[in-house]
Amino acid sequence: MSWAWDNRALLAQDTGSHLYLALMPILFGIIVSIPVGVLCVRFRWTWPPILSLTSVFYAMPSLALYLVLIDYTGLTDWTVIIPLTLFSLSVLIPNVVAGLRSVPQPVRQAATAMGFGTLRQVVQVELPLAVPVIIAGLRVATVSSISLVSVGQLIGIGGLGYFFTDGEQRDFPTEIYVALVLIVILAFLADGLLVLLRRWLTPWERARDTRATRRALSATVRGSRAEGVS
Amino acid sequence: MITFESVTKRYPGGTVAVDALDLEVPDGRTMVLVGPSGCGKTTSLRMINRLIEPSEGRILLDGRDISQTEASELRRGIGYVIQQTGLFPHRTIVDNIATVPLLKGWPKAKARDRARELMDLVGLDPAMARRYPYQLSGGQQQRVGVARALAADPPVLLMDEPFSAVDPIVRATLQDELIRLQAELRKTVVLVTHDVEEAIKVGDQVAVFYPNGKIAQIDTPQRLLGDPADDYVENFLGFDRGIRRLAFFPADGLDLQAGIVLGDGTTVEQARRAAKQAGESWVLLTDAGRLPRGWAALSDLESRDGREMLAQMPLAPYGHTFRVGKDSLRAALDATVLSRTGLAVGVDDQGRVVGVTSYERLRAAIQAAEEAADGQGARPS
Ligand SMILES: Nc1ncnc2c1ncn2[C@@H]1O[C@H](COP(=O)(O)OP(=O)(O)OP(=O)(O)O)[C@@H](O)[C@H]1O
Ligand SMILES: [Mg+2]
Repeated sequence: MSWAWDNRALLAQDTGSHLYLALMPILFGIIVSIPVGVLCVRFRWTWPPILSLTSVFYAMPSLALYLVLIDYTGLTDWTVIIPLTLFSLSVLIPNVVAGLRSVPQPVRQAATAMGFGTLRQVVQVELPLAVPVIIAGLRVATVSSISLVSVGQLIGIGGLGYFFTDGEQRDFPTEIYVALVLIVILAFLADGLLVLLRRWLTPWERARDTRATRRALSATVRGSRAEGVS
Repeated sequence: MITFESVTKRYPGGTVAVDALDLEVPDGRTMVLVGPSGCGKTTSLRMINRLIEPSEGRILLDGRDISQTEASELRRGIGYVIQQTGLFPHRTIVDNIATVPLLKGWPKAKARDRARELMDLVGLDPAMARRYPYQLSGGQQQRVGVARALAADPPVLLMDEPFSAVDPIVRATLQDELIRLQAELRKTVVLVTHDVEEAIKVGDQVAVFYPNGKIAQIDTPQRLLGDPADDYVENFLGFDRGIRRLAFFPADGLDLQAGIVLGDGTTVEQARRAAKQAGESWVLLTDAGRLPRGWAALSDLESRDGREMLAQMPLAPYGHTFRVGKDSLRAALDATVLSRTGLAVGVDDQGRVVGVTSYERLRAAIQAAEEAADGQGARPS
């Protein structure tokens, strides 16, 4: 443990870069997957080819991609960020599509019938209702991304992954364990934050939580009791 | 006014859901589309707000072809209520109701004030304003659906089986509320249902569909019941249409017998004479306020001392009454059928006895009402 304390500056720096390398792909993934998902739901014929494409992204070994990309992006962060973005898309696009499809048909129809324009309907009705499913995908993508960054160490850009190769070369397992624990902590924290984000974005779902439900129920009971008296 | 001009809808695959439909819905009236499942009711309805486009023919709203109006513009002027409510799960009740005003660009505060007004109009507790839809019962959700459809005060209201998903008691309440609202607001309403009773209850006009998307008959409920166009319509209406039709004839057409309605100062002797004079075998005793107390049988009166008071006699319960100014001949007939004496008591709005009816008197009133209806109902050929 004294090793970790002695190297705290380096650890902090690599934790930062690890997060950067892991979260930029998620950010890009969100920016791309939402419009693409909307497109796939609105124009049904686009979905099968895009689904195949996401499966390819999912199956593609990231190491191979790093090696291919080096020729174009060199030894920069992009060489890691681009493959991870493609990976995040392979998780996020199907989730955005599933989320949008989870919006009940009568709700969608009612929105159209009340005179929502296409864009407004997507933004104000469909996406908000898709949030729980989209965030479920986001959690998987984020945790995976945080873990996958370390693979980038094979080309020398891997955040905390550095300590894996370094510990291996120096035959110093402490280093490996510390980095491993840090990565797991990062994954947990990110996941927890996403859960909080979901609660914040979906107050109507939060109201379903047991405590709120109980409160709502007891209010109802109180209400009807008051009615009975009057 | 909504006008269908020979409108046909053919779905891909060849189903003709609506076949050369001609229909006119006058302003401020309720038109009910009724028919068996799959006969094209929903398709007809959804063509009015352009959720479905006709294959042939055109639909006019106040004389203007609706295909010439931009769809979302058109829709903001047409309320739409569906069976599954389609409420937004992520918006509170007040925000659900404020949807269309907000779409029309009203300031948020004004839209919410309007939404609260509507909650009051449709009978929703203001305490529910900040709840989410899933925290309401099915009947309450349906009220929110109606409030939301009415929020921007559209002249036209479309309703697709709005009350089918709730239990019969709630359904009857919601139907009554719709009739009350409609008397107040006078919207141009098109309501789809597969329930003939509902059609007859809420419709000013009822369009009965054949199973194949053609209209069998369009008429007022009363004329539909009295004069179905063919066997199909007759079967569709059900077996007791004769009695159901009586609901459209007011009970104040009855010539009520008042001679056997006797106050509590009456002696047995006087009661005997009243019964014989009226040719009835019962008399009705009322209290000082003319509220009914019960029937005394002539046979009992015969066996008593004439100086006894009528109020001392054993009385049979007076049973169900009907309100002369408010109820229909159907209610009067029902009260008569249920009565042990074959006589039913007509009361005023305060419950005071106006007079008594019998089967003979009902028969005469029904005949007179039928004749009057036939006179004015002569069908233009
Ligand atoms: N999108 C569609 N594509 C093809 N056929 C359709 C479509 N929608 C409806 N139909 C067909 O058109 C006919 C009329 O359907 P519609 O929904 O108007 O019936 P309905 O009278 O409302 O019936 P219900 O009482 O069951 O709701 C049916 O035969 C139905 O199968
Ligand atoms: Mg239908």
